[in-house]
Amino acid sequence: MDLRAGDPVPELRATPDRYLPHRYAGASGDFNPIHIDPDFARSVGLPGNILHGLYGMALVARAATAAAGGDPRALRRLGVQFRGMGVPEQEITVVGSVREVDPEGGRAVLDLTASQAGTPIVRGGEAELVREAP
Amino acid sequence: MAPDDAPIERSYPAFVYEVGSEKVREYARAIGEEAPVHNDRDAARAAGFRDLVAPPMFCVVYAIGALGPAIADPELGIDYAHMVHGGQEFAWEEPVCAGDTVTTTASVLDVHVKGGMGFFVFASVSTNQDGAQTVRGTWTNIVRRH
Repeated sequence: MDLRAGDPVPELRATPDRYLPHRYAGASGDFNPIHIDPDFARSVGLPGNILHGLYGMALVARAATAAAGGDPRALRRLGVQFRGMGVPEQEITVVGSVREVDPEGGRAVLDLTASQAGTPIVRGGEAELVREAP
Repeated sequence: MAPDDAPIERSYPAFVYEVGSEKVREYARAIGEEAPVHNDRDAARAAGFRDLVAPPMFCVVYAIGALGPAIADPELGIDYAHMVHGGQEFAWEEPVCAGDTVTTTASVLDVHVKGGMGFFVFASVSTNQDGAQTVRGTWTNIVRRH
């Protein structure tokens, strides 16, 4: 984990296809119809079926883990706020930067945001990484 | 109930989840995670894990079952139709691998009203079959029209 304060986090891009919310629903067990039924979603005032917020958070977690070299043990904490709504068939970009690294370089804190077309869907992302598993 | 009446001592049944390797692979595929340690058992073992290791955010799969009864608690009176997921935090410890049995308990951390909206904050703690903590979660749900 060779991170320095102020460094950008390698950008992560993903475009959820039309049926991604269905696959994520199956994988996660969250079948709320606002995520998988466009007619239902429109009936409650949404533009169509929207992405699961925790799917967006999972992309942020992937970006944070990748910044630590890919070891899932490195990600010790992640906090996010959900704002706006993500939609299928539009690219998501996760960007961030290294806020601080402790003097020994074994622990780092990242700031991260996931956006679609410039609008944040996950913001206030704060990830804590450690170099090695305990 | 009035959301100002916090703190609230409520207890809910523990939720037990058995982690299957195909569920780990299915979840990894859904979030686009292609790292071998989440998809290939030999790669995971070579990296020092007991078995196929779940991506950190797999915790939502095994922990969410503990939150359902809390969110549906009539004592809290959450208006589910107007509830949105406002924020989420996880703190991870022991990794979760295929073959693990994870037990999660949920509790009410805070209930308050701000800006006409109700904030319902829950905590969850998950431990594996050896008693090692795998993740702690803080789940913030916001209900409009309070």
